[in-house]
Amino acid sequence: MFDDLRELYQEVILDHGRNPRNFRHAEEATCSAHGNNPICGDMLVVYVQLDDDGVIKDAAFQGQGCAISVASASMMTEILKGKKTAEARELFKTFHDMCTLDDVDAAAIEKCDADAIERLQMLSGVKEFPVRVKCATLAWHTMDAAIGGNEETSTE
Amino acid sequence: MSAGESNVVEIGRGDNSVAAFDVERVRADFPILEQTIYDRPLVYLDNGASAQKPRQVIDAMTEALETYYANVHRGVHALSQRSTDAYEAGREKVARFLNAASVNEIIFTRNATEGINLVASSYGREFLQAGDEIVISHMEHHANIVPWQLLRDQLGIVLRVVPIDDDGNLLFEEYEKMLGERTKLVAMTHISNALGTIVPIAEVIRLAHEHGAKVLVDGCQAIPHMAVDVQALDADFYVFAPHKVYGPTGIGVLWGKEDILNSMPPYQGGGDMIASVSFDETTYQDAPHRFEAGTPPIVEAIGLGAAIDYVSGIGLDNIAAHEEGLLHYATERMSTIEGVKILGTAREKAAIVSFVMDGVHSHDVGTFVDRAGVAVRVGHHCAQPVMDRFGIAATARASFGLYNTPAEVDALVDALVQVKEFFG
Repeated sequence: MFDDLRELYQEVILDHGRNPRNFRHAEEATCSAHGNNPICGDMLVVYVQLDDDGVIKDAAFQGQGCAISVASASMMTEILKGKKTAEARELFKTFHDMCTLDDVDAAAIEKCDADAIERLQMLSGVKEFPVRVKCATLAWHTMDAAIGGNEETSTE
Repeated sequence: MSAGESNVVEIGRGDNSVAAFDVERVRADFPILEQTIYDRPLVYLDNGASAQKPRQVIDAMTEALETYYANVHRGVHALSQRSTDAYEAGREKVARFLNAASVNEIIFTRNATEGINLVASSYGREFLQAGDEIVISHMEHHANIVPWQLLRDQLGIVLRVVPIDDDGNLLFEEYEKMLGERTKLVAMTHISNALGTIVPIAEVIRLAHEHGAKVLVDGCQAIPHMAVDVQALDADFYVFAPHKVYGPTGIGVLWGKEDILNSMPPYQGGGDMIASVSFDETTYQDAPHRFEAGTPPIVEAIGLGAAIDYVSGIGLDNIAAHEEGLLHYATERMSTIEGVKILGTAREKAAIVSFVMDGVHSHDVGTFVDRAGVAVRVGHHCAQPVMDRFGIAATARASFGLYNTPAEVDALVDALVQVKEFFG
């Protein structure tokens, strides 16, 4: 009955949902932001630690949400480490497109870290579940707000 | 508790004999139920959010649009007259349905939320002042919280909240203690949309009146599930949502005692609500028209009238008995699934089962059971204080209606068992 859902709920995603990585308060964070999805009550805090060159040294999160939003936040914190803020923003934009558009600009994907794209591809299965897109992108919206200095973000 | 209760839990899987009426015949009245979702029969268990419409309602609205539609209370022409008659007939049906003392007590609004806002805005601003208190419960829908908060911020009144216990029962003694000479209004739900609790509203009203306070009842979840007699309850205002009682969206009902309504200033200004208008002075009609500025929901009132005929034809007592059977069967079967916890186990409950599943977020539950053709609501149910009270962000909620069957409970339970397996 749930075969179709395997595309979205892959083992990797279920694993990140059950055992989220970097699920902690980051003491050394230089910026953070709160994200919430008012429709479902999901709430996240994303912490980012930037070094003097604008490179993300650490990323972590806390909060609650469904398997998709927790897995997305968990995978994001792993992906972000070592990236520059500009790269992080570029990844967010590309990931957002992957979750919402049928034809994503191939050149944009080319520019991003191939490893990161491969992992985000798994989550982009939410494209088939329009109401769940916000679950996959909440952490990224929140991260974007953190590094942009906007401390409250919402998927609305 | 119904006499048939003990039979209910013994029925076999897929046996629809729980019905106090012929549920298959009822189902045949609802065209939407015939479809499949992902190749599985639709199991619609989101009636608390909105109920489906029987052919009788669809036909009444179609007939109006195809044969006699025009604006109401305006024209001398034939169609306007017929539309006006049909619109007002809808009002008369609502008045009889609620056992209102007069048809003038029935105000049509945009939705139930607007009914509450109307009272807050018109009654509240006219009769309440700084320091006065409004009492609500911890299990109100946001629609019965936010309008009072807005009023609080405008007038400096005090909002007091009656707590609930771990089962979702209203703590009546706490309520009693809150009532005092500053209490001017009690605004309380009849049935909690998130927990299913049936509030002993007649007692709530009696006590409020002893203290000279008026009472507004949010009847959105009660009206589809039980017979309501506003005179027997002696409420002052009662609001409900026609779309939850198998009628159309786009219309809400506010009932109020006629003398109170006529003591209230208009809520909105415009056409239809005036007696006469000049640039120096405008005088207003009495209720209900005073509160129905502009073109009203004409076809929707006609559809609502058909919905009331429909449920009245089946009988609210029969519907209540049927749904109580479903509630007991669902509670019993869902309790057998390990890791499923039902929220809301009040002594008196309507057919609403809110639940959480260990290790699986409600949104994931919702997405999965949808694949099994089962529609449930997930989230905070516009009742975040209730969620906070239980320390959770969201639940999944199965809410039953007159066309649901024990076999559909089985479909939900089967799906939940598989969700559990999937997530391990």
